[in-house]
Amino acid sequence: MARMNMIEAIRSAHDIVMDRDPSVIVLGEDVGYFGGVFRCTDGLQRKYGEHRVIDAPISEGGIIGAAIGMGVNGLRPVAEIQFADYIYPGFDQIVSELARLRYRSCGEFFSPVTIRTPCGGGIRGGQTHSQSPEGIFTHVTGIKTVMPSNPYDAKGLLISAIESNDPVVFFEPKRIYNGPFDGDPEKPAVSWNSHPKGEVPEGHYTVPLGKADVARPGEELTIVTYGTLVHIAIAAAAETGVDAEVIDVRTMAPLDVATLADSVNKTGRCLVAHEATRFGGYGAELAATVQKECFYSLEVPIGRVAGWDTPYPHAFEWQYFPGLKRMSAGIRRVMEAG
Amino acid sequence: MTKSRLHIPRPTARPGETPDFSYLDLSPAGSVDKPALDARARDIEHLSRGLVRVLDDDHSAKGQWDPGFDATQLQVGLRWMLLNRVFDERMWQIQRQGRISFYMQATGEEAVSIAQGMALRPGDMCFPSYRNQGLFMYRGVTLVDMMCQCLSNTRDMCQGRQLPIMYHSKSGNVFSVSGNLGTQYPHAVGWAMASAIKGEDHIAASWVGDGTTAEADFYHALTFAAVYQAPVILNVVNNQWAISTFQGTAAGQRRAFAARGLGLGIPGIRVDGNDFLAVYSATLWAADRARRGGGPTLIELVTYRGGAHSTSDDPTKYRPKDEWESFPLGDPVERLKQHMIAEGHWSEAKHESLIDELRTEVTAAWKEAQKYGTMTEGPWLDPGTMFDDVFDETPHNLESQRRRMLEVERGE
Repeated sequence: MARMNMIEAIRSAHDIVMDRDPSVIVLGEDVGYFGGVFRCTDGLQRKYGEHRVIDAPISEGGIIGAAIGMGVNGLRPVAEIQFADYIYPGFDQIVSELARLRYRSCGEFFSPVTIRTPCGGGIRGGQTHSQSPEGIFTHVTGIKTVMPSNPYDAKGLLISAIESNDPVVFFEPKRIYNGPFDGDPEKPAVSWNSHPKGEVPEGHYTVPLGKADVARPGEELTIVTYGTLVHIAIAAAAETGVDAEVIDVRTMAPLDVATLADSVNKTGRCLVAHEATRFGGYGAELAATVQKECFYSLEVPIGRVAGWDTPYPHAFEWQYFPGLKRMSAGIRRVMEAG
Repeated sequence: MTKSRLHIPRPTARPGETPDFSYLDLSPAGSVDKPALDARARDIEHLSRGLVRVLDDDHSAKGQWDPGFDATQLQVGLRWMLLNRVFDERMWQIQRQGRISFYMQATGEEAVSIAQGMALRPGDMCFPSYRNQGLFMYRGVTLVDMMCQCLSNTRDMCQGRQLPIMYHSKSGNVFSVSGNLGTQYPHAVGWAMASAIKGEDHIAASWVGDGTTAEADFYHALTFAAVYQAPVILNVVNNQWAISTFQGTAAGQRRAFAARGLGLGIPGIRVDGNDFLAVYSATLWAADRARRGGGPTLIELVTYRGGAHSTSDDPTKYRPKDEWESFPLGDPVERLKQHMIAEGHWSEAKHESLIDELRTEVTAAWKEAQKYGTMTEGPWLDPGTMFDDVFDETPHNLESQRRRMLEVERGE
């Protein structure tokens, strides 16, 4: 075992699959010579060559479109979109082509593209470097949507994504690239060094897609969340003294309904939380699923914590971000209801 | 005071007006030189302005682009073009009879799919538009299979998931027709990049219409093709009309579509798209160039959409009824036929009997196709299959929706 932060874990995942499978190639803006603006592909071009780690033009539609064609021709492309906020020029290629190619050709053609993209705020990125657009993608059938919350899962899930014959959009919450974050920006940053999930095998392993994780076992309340907010939920449980069970969804689509349902049927209370804007968000799907599966176990209405329905404001980042205060308030609301 | 001015492009003729193709720049047959395969892009920019033509008005073949076909090759080309046309005519009638929901003809553009199909190798990958049915035929998809696709019946290659004409053929190396415009262009470039990465000599080719050159994907594809010198042929089939908007609405009045890649260093060849020999020859040149590492070529095929955009379209509402008759580049089938007659390889009688033979073949195929189900009579596709192939392995939520759908169908 080695200690890795999320960046190192993601880099290691690339390295492991590229070493095992010569059909895996990487393309994206700044991913080659420079190794990526977040360094996730650092050293890969030196090791695997310019034909396998390709610096792409600033053309997200072109990156995703070309990756699809490469996948059809037997390669297994990993495309990096530098920020999730930049993914929209490639949206049609994802929705109309990547997600539906297998379906419309009855399995004759498919393209096993993994699209990696850093998402989320808390890094002073303003409205073009902070978005969490996962809910836009979970609504698209034919792609899998993933967001890890720690280095161990990041590596295992990314290897699963690259090895999957289905297209995967892999969101990386960049606020926790270098360390977990409990939602209080006033506290000094911590690293993954002392976190149990910062311990990462150096070799090949997978974390299965479509399987949620119990990040904190508990009895009184279920918090269903993913990405950065997993850590905030755990911190808020400690702050409020509520014995919350924190479910890390990990794969938003397809959703592991059983793990969610088992937990809520046990606790009888549920809080759904994500950083993305609330209205029409993925949390609505989570709430609807919990309501359908656990209606007769629910003691109180399902609570929601989410980003406000505004663009991500640069100067008011911490008022916008659903951090420790809002998570704790959300927990208290659900606990005090009924 | 000066004022800015908004230019609204207008076609030269609308319904009731006299067709006017004076805007088309033409070159005499044989007048455009054929450069060496390793010519530098900057040295052959004139190819995007001229018009590569081989078949002259007197039906002879002229100039350096003449591929020098023998009688058999010419007959092969004519036969496939005619099959494409006869098939389209029949499928159009079938749609008008209400026996399929939708159809799109390639009438007047058959040389594109057939001549280009012949110029490519079987291992080359085609990324077609919706008017490239000729490519599917030429690359081995049977008429019965194409008809079954249009019928969405039990033998439908798409299992009822796609509109008619959205074929695909893995074995024939023809990609799945999307329905969204131009999305296949970057796929072709990516496919070609992969071919080069793997060190193979297969190339890719893709087709869009003049209207689709306005899509972002067109430029994404050109950029990637230029940057990585991908072994790809990017074709613009300029059939003058994008449903009701003429090619000027895609800025075709400013400069030829063949010149769209010049700024990126991609050679462009403007070709008489109704000249079977010129289309074949230009495609082979671009293919050979790509295969030896010379990178991409953009080919504009100047042609005319002889029919309606689709069965849902009525072109008499926006263009002169008889416009095609005035189109200076004529009809690709007729021109090849006249050339073959002039060369002594063909006759009117042989032509008529070939058409009869092909009509019989198409009729037999239609009879056969209907055995697998029609819109009104079974056998029927199992609707439960609509949940297959969304993912490699069907996840639990789709399996439960499949069960529920079948319960509803059974009245439960």
